[in-house]
Amino acid sequence: MKGATTPSRKEVRFTGYGGQGMVVMGLILGRAAAVHDGKSATMTQSYGPEARGGASSTQCIISPSRIFYPYVIEPDVLVGMSQEGYDKHRLNIKPDGKLLYDEDLVTLSPEEKTKNIHSIPATRFAEELGRKIVANIVMLGFFCGLTDFVAEEAIRKAIEESVPKPTITLNIKAFDKGKSYALSLLEGSAAKAKS
Amino acid sequence: MGEERRVLTGEHFLTGDHACAEGGMAAGCMFFGGYPITPSTEIAERMSLRLPEVGGIFIQMEDEMASMNSILGAAWGGWKSMTCTSGPGFSLMMENLGLGIVLETPTVLVNIQRGGPSTGLPTLSGQADMMQAKWGSHGDYEIIALAPNSPQEIFDHTIKAFNLAEQYRTPVLVMSDESVGHMTEKVIIPPREELKLVPRNYTKKKPGEYLPFECGEDEIPEMVKAGDGYKIHITGLTHDKRGYPDISAEAQDWMVRHLMNKIQKNKKKIIEVERINMDDAEVVVVSYGISSRVAHRGMDLARKTGVKVGMLRLITVWPFPDYMIKELAERVKAFVTVELNFGQIALEVERYVAGKAKCYLVPHAGGDVHKPEDIAEAIKEAAK
Amino acid sequence: MNKPAAHLETAIVEQDTHPMADLLRMDRMPHIWCSGCGLGTGLTCFIMALKETGIPEDKVAVVSGIGCTGRVAGYLNLDSFHTTHGRGIPFATGLALANPDLRVVVYSGDGDLVAIGGNHFIHSARRNMDLMVVCVNNFTYGMTGGQAGPTTPISAKASTAPYGSYDYPFNIPYLAIASGATYVARWTSLHMRRLKNSMREALPKKGFRVIEIICPCPTAFARKNRLGSGLDLMKHYHDNSIIKHGADPREADIDMNGKVVCGTFLDIERPTFRDFQTENIAKQLGGE
Ligand SMILES: Cc1ncc(C[n+]2csc(CCOP(=O)(O)OP(=O)(O)O)c2C)c(N)n1
Ligand code: SF4
Ligand SMILES: [Mg+2]
Repeated sequence: MKGATTPSRKEVRFTGYGGQGMVVMGLILGRAAAVHDGKSATMTQSYGPEARGGASSTQCIISPSRIFYPYVIEPDVLVGMSQEGYDKHRLNIKPDGKLLYDEDLVTLSPEEKTKNIHSIPATRFAEELGRKIVANIVMLGFFCGLTDFVAEEAIRKAIEESVPKPTITLNIKAFDKGKSYALSLLEGSAAKAKS
Repeated sequence: MGEERRVLTGEHFLTGDHACAEGGMAAGCMFFGGYPITPSTEIAERMSLRLPEVGGIFIQMEDEMASMNSILGAAWGGWKSMTCTSGPGFSLMMENLGLGIVLETPTVLVNIQRGGPSTGLPTLSGQADMMQAKWGSHGDYEIIALAPNSPQEIFDHTIKAFNLAEQYRTPVLVMSDESVGHMTEKVIIPPREELKLVPRNYTKKKPGEYLPFECGEDEIPEMVKAGDGYKIHITGLTHDKRGYPDISAEAQDWMVRHLMNKIQKNKKKIIEVERINMDDAEVVVVSYGISSRVAHRGMDLARKTGVKVGMLRLITVWPFPDYMIKELAERVKAFVTVELNFGQIALEVERYVAGKAKCYLVPHAGGDVHKPEDIAEAIKEAAK
Repeated sequence: MNKPAAHLETAIVEQDTHPMADLLRMDRMPHIWCSGCGLGTGLTCFIMALKETGIPEDKVAVVSGIGCTGRVAGYLNLDSFHTTHGRGIPFATGLALANPDLRVVVYSGDGDLVAIGGNHFIHSARRNMDLMVVCVNNFTYGMTGGQAGPTTPISAKASTAPYGSYDYPFNIPYLAIASGATYVARWTSLHMRRLKNSMREALPKKGFRVIEIICPCPTAFARKNRLGSGLDLMKHYHDNSIIKHGADPREADIDMNGKVVCGTFLDIERPTFRDFQTENIAKQLGGE
């Protein structure tokens, strides 16, 4: 998939709560796109009392050309890592957009209408890897497996540059875990489609 | 430790605040005196990390009056200097911004604007200090103020601000906003040798011949620094060319005219704008900083409905590009000013349109940005 | 008024005749100070002290705020900066840090330094910034016509304290020492030789040095308090001063009738702001 990323403007919203590393996710994805994938990227985050332990939300715009309007209009992907974040933003997803969420942290609304929905026990996987705080990177791997906004190599490089040095291996493992889970889901559904 | 750490050439993914600090570094800043205040604090934090790497000094002063004075002192000591602030800190800097203007001191003050008045909205955006930038210190003067709209621009414009400060021997303001300061984008830092930097214009005259406020046609006096044997006297009182106090209406007339002319006479060299979709424009959006990026979408939405709309994006806000507005007013239908306040730059636009076209404002109290749809509506209304 | 004591006369005559024209901006004379004002004698001491230190004139800069005392910067033929009210210290901070070859002196009044500039004063002392501060204490705001200030003694009258000032004054040596200054002395403007010696001692030193000069202001302070002429006031300060080196600064309060404790209160060394910069920070970065 490397090098074959989509040519149009893409919008992603990461939503969770303070301490889960939502900002880091946005920074890594944006950095990957801007510094290692020849694109433009804008990362913005919600500030204010929100940033202190409460809801935390990060927006990332990725585009092959100059980005004028720097905010999400209608996201191509909503990543939900908390119930509150999901509830707040679930109605604002592009018609053909995707919803990715941590299945242990978010319960879908009975009225959820998004067609492309993918869930992963990101936090549980992170705990299995030994550190709950890498749940965001598991989710980023999951995101990478399910989208083609930014080249995988670029994201890997950005992870290595963005996390504390002694934790690089762990973070890469977390990324791989999320990515392979995404691929297994895709294979599963492909197999289902065939049968 | 040394100059090799000064310019971090390469592609980065930086917040506007950090990009601003890197701009200061690249421009040759050696001194930063500041006082923490959201949303500009990250500039100070980065400078506290970076300046010692090149042998410069970061000092956290006791308040913003001290900060502003310390950077003036450092400039007269021979260093390039800067400070940053927001909200109430900008108010506290006004007293000695005036001193900097009257002493004709090259230095840079960055304001990452937040919502006001008073403590207002520490973490949220605003653009309501634009008139304060122009008139905030007592007395009559002209100022140079830039309004970057992205981390790359805040990097570039901080360098530009340092250059203008040296070129015109005056404090220069970078009037950014929380949205840009806290946004993260790609910032390309060029190789050191590609940076165009203006060195201090030290006089070649000898002590005894040099007068600190003497200038030619261009109204720009030459500089010296303390310790070089010139035995200058510099005062915030109204003074003559020697720098000696002269408490008279005549001296006041000379000095204030000189301060105004220095900027006004050179404004065509100073002013920079970006023109977008202007070729066929019947409606002109005037905007700057974060609002210009939001207005860009408003413009796109309106264009989709067939309105011929363009944008005059102000990169330099002060001195105001009055001649451009006058010229446009002769041929376009309407102006729509978009800013995070209730009409500050909009008043300047109106002043120079002088009734020759319709003028609209899309106001906003700050705390967030405009809705692009509201801007599009205003454009459509203006096009009617 | 009685004939002034002979030694007082010489002190004043000396001010006019001493060969120090090279360090004064003669093109700015006559100065604006009132006759009998103690500012001139203090300035004389400063010039003599500077000459005695042998520090090159080009390497000394004087910064002041606003006030009668603040005008000192304008009369000295040195690099000199007359800033805004209270802001001499922070301006001087930038100047001194940017140009370590300079000896930077802040020369200002009591209102300038410990009222509007009080915060700068204590913080600069805390940092042990390389500045010599001369604080001319005339117990009032001379320049603006004799309002009460941060050192106006209890019960003294002032234009904004017509019933007397009932507002505790600062004791400057105590304030300076408590805040971290490393050299602190006080003299009256009549102790010319001692004042000059103190200045000579403090000028080449590092760190935050404070010299307070108790100074007669006949026009504003003396008149409101019926204390007579400048000479009467000088004599009063002189007669009521006691010299006590190393005195406990807590005993240095000044009231309308009591003694004025003079002398060197403190003369110690501790690392300055710059020492910390070069030693601690530079070391961490692998510099010398
Ligand atoms: C911000 C500001 N507030 C007030 C003043 C008016 N002002 C000028 S000098 C002065 C007081 C001077 O007193 P002091 O510092 O003791 O000096 P002195 O004249 O007694 O030597 C005042 C209040 C000013 N110039 N600036
Ligand atoms: S008012 Fe007082 S301090 Fe000022 S010059 Fe006159 S006597 Fe001196
Ligand atoms: Mg006084």
